[in-house]
Amino acid sequence: MNNTLFRVCPDTGLKFHRPAETLMKANAVAAVVFLLVGGFYALLVGLTRWQAVHLLAADQFYMVLTLHGLNVLIFWILFFEIALLYFCSSTLLGCRLAAPRFAWVGFALMLIGAVMNNVIVLQGNSSVMMTSYAPMGAHPVFYLSLILFAVGALIGCFVFFGTLVIAKDEKTYEGSVSLVTFGAITAAIIAVFTIISGAIILIPTLLWSLDLIAHIDALMYRLIWWGFGHSSQQINVSAHIAIWYAIAAIMFGAKPLSEKVSRMAFLMYILFLQLASVHHLLVDPGLSSEFKMFNTSYAMYLAVMASMVHGLTVPGSIEAAQRAKGLNNGLFEWLRKAPWGNPTFSGMFISLVGFGFLGGISGVVMGTEQINILLHNTLYVPGHFHATVVIGTTLAFMALTYWLVPILFRRELVMKKLASWQPYLFGGGMAGVALFLMGAGTVGVPRRHWDISFSDAAGAVYEFPGAANTMLALNGVFVILAVAGGAAFCVIVVASLLFGKKLGEDEKSPVPLIAEPPADADYEGIGSGTITVPGTLVFALVFFASFAIYYFVNWKYLGETWGIS
Amino acid sequence: MTSISPPKNRLWWNEPIEKVELIWITLVFLWGLVMAFMMPYWHVAGNQNLSNETYKITPAAYLAKTQAMVDQYTVRTGPAPKNFPVVHPPAGSDVYLVARLWDWWPILELEKDQTYRVHLSSIDWQHGFSLQPAAINIQVVPDYEHVVSLTPNKAGDYSVFCNEYCGLLHHTMINTIHVVE
Ligand code: HEM
Ligand SMILES: [Cu+2]
Ligand SMILES: [Cu+2]
Repeated sequence: MNNTLFRVCPDTGLKFHRPAETLMKANAVAAVVFLLVGGFYALLVGLTRWQAVHLLAADQFYMVLTLHGLNVLIFWILFFEIALLYFCSSTLLGCRLAAPRFAWVGFALMLIGAVMNNVIVLQGNSSVMMTSYAPMGAHPVFYLSLILFAVGALIGCFVFFGTLVIAKDEKTYEGSVSLVTFGAITAAIIAVFTIISGAIILIPTLLWSLDLIAHIDALMYRLIWWGFGHSSQQINVSAHIAIWYAIAAIMFGAKPLSEKVSRMAFLMYILFLQLASVHHLLVDPGLSSEFKMFNTSYAMYLAVMASMVHGLTVPGSIEAAQRAKGLNNGLFEWLRKAPWGNPTFSGMFISLVGFGFLGGISGVVMGTEQINILLHNTLYVPGHFHATVVIGTTLAFMALTYWLVPILFRRELVMKKLASWQPYLFGGGMAGVALFLMGAGTVGVPRRHWDISFSDAAGAVYEFPGAANTMLALNGVFVILAVAGGAAFCVIVVASLLFGKKLGEDEKSPVPLIAEPPADADYEGIGSGTITVPGTLVFALVFFASFAIYYFVNWKYLGETWGIS
Repeated sequence: MTSISPPKNRLWWNEPIEKVELIWITLVFLWGLVMAFMMPYWHVAGNQNLSNETYKITPAAYLAKTQAMVDQYTVRTGPAPKNFPVVHPPAGSDVYLVARLWDWWPILELEKDQTYRVHLSSIDWQHGFSLQPAAINIQVVPDYEHVVSLTPNKAGDYSVFCNEYCGLLHHTMINTIHVVE
């Protein structure tokens, strides 16, 4: 073993390949920078939609909303995911990273694409939202920048797969890869599929914007765009669920309840979720109901099932480990005595609960063919995905970052007190944002809309129920809280990297950073009777009941509107 | 061994699964079947199912069809400054609504409890038909003519605004649909 190429982390025993480590750092830092930028735009957007404040002018609002979506959904998330892929392959398998130079090319392309994109949108003539629905056109550079970014990310995926191959060849691990790496593989496979379909739609659109192609069919654009736009969300889900399992392992020494079930559930994402992209097209012309139902039910409910399985097995693995350590009393001792002051744990747990209760339920309900008529393109949609991609994905990434600062960057975290509050501030603020956006959506408030008082419309106006303005105002308040929480994260991380106490390469951190796994024997006889994790089961049943009630309430609402056939 | 290390048992796929997992998987699977059943069930028993009747059409041809309806069934002129025609087509007939930057044209007047074949298309970019407070939202796509049968169940003035971002005056794209007894 070449010591100059590797270092062994004194706290965790993980083996870091130095070139991989530098790449992880670069990608993680870029991610946080784009989160900061996108979060700033979020504040402007939220304060504009608060009708009484109405901060920006219309053209600025649409420009800033375009920037917000791209910076957070694409740039923040993907930079972080590339770092995560390198970690899950090179570090977790103790293997050198394949082709680090190639990985730097990927990083450079992503960075150039992301910066170029911000610059061109800020010029003002590419305010087309991240969906850039043809035939509304943006500047050619807009598409070009996204293509460059996508190619860069694709390179990252191939470096990841290359690393897996090397690890297998060089036998750096025994038997099968860990569950967390398996989850990362799922994410990367889906990523390759989505990036390629993204290219299939963006390349002709680029040519069209250059007048080299005469016509882009709007419906075809939607179909292919969502083929990638939706499945790419599945990358995020796989990635953040892998992180949930990882944090359960790190904080509690947890192992999966059973490898088979958890791995099957990841596999189902690959098999089924890519098909469900049609839930974005449920009220589109030109697609048959049979296709819509098949695509969203056969395909979607099996993937939903997979998420619900993870929703049980992740807290279940924590409960089992806690019980094995002696916290075996009653239903919830294991949870009460969890380290709620540690942002890695609290962030992960809030991410889990918020993703399931707010994001999961709303997504399935809205993704039902007929119910979608009530909610399509209302603020309910952003309400839903702020629960999934912000409380779920973003908060999980933040939680892991707190742990990575000392491990990867060898710096002690600064502002620990603030850090222990940050997941509550961000998660709570975002839960408010998600709920009030959804609430506004249920009374018909449109998304991506500058002024629901229609003050600039000549003649007709629509008087929304009073609740609409109240909800937008409450949303504004929670936007401020969430942005404060997001800013706190960025400040803590950046300050830790710059000013945190340096940890020597062989110096152990003063606080233990990884839990000792319970011995197999300790798992004997936990829980009550044959139910090893009764608390998690109760938790899951409460979730199920909320889901079922809310689902049928929406059918009832649907039945009250005009006849549609 | 934890979730971040290789499974201890190399033959992990032979390990039995936990009882809680089995209970939950069964429940979730059945729930998936219920949800998958609800959609076709509503097609049979429910009254809100979006039609799939769609034709390819050019903007000019769609405008011409709409103009023909306007010529035949205009009953009065709508409010200034737009002065759009208010069209009262016979119950059961084909009704056309044009989505364009940044208007819905013309103003429709429908009768309660009558069914109309409402045609929707855009002559430029994508738009979003959002009929409130009826909570009916339908994507409107250029070059495609979507025919949806609508049966208003309450009289009153409804608004139709755009909920697909369509450029800088997207938020001004609103008009009225009257439903009369
Ligand atoms: C810092 C906290 C955040 C706040 C307060 C916030 C708030 C908002 C608001 C108010 C909207 C506008 C809804 C509309 O008018 O249509 C929006 C849109 C959006 N947000 Fe966020 N957001 C935040 C963070 C994030 C993050 C971290 C992500 C992704 C990971 C994200 C993804 C999006 C996307 C994709 C849109 C839609 C843009 C579009 O319609 O094209 N947001 N956000
Ligand atoms: Cu429009
Ligand atoms: Cu619009």
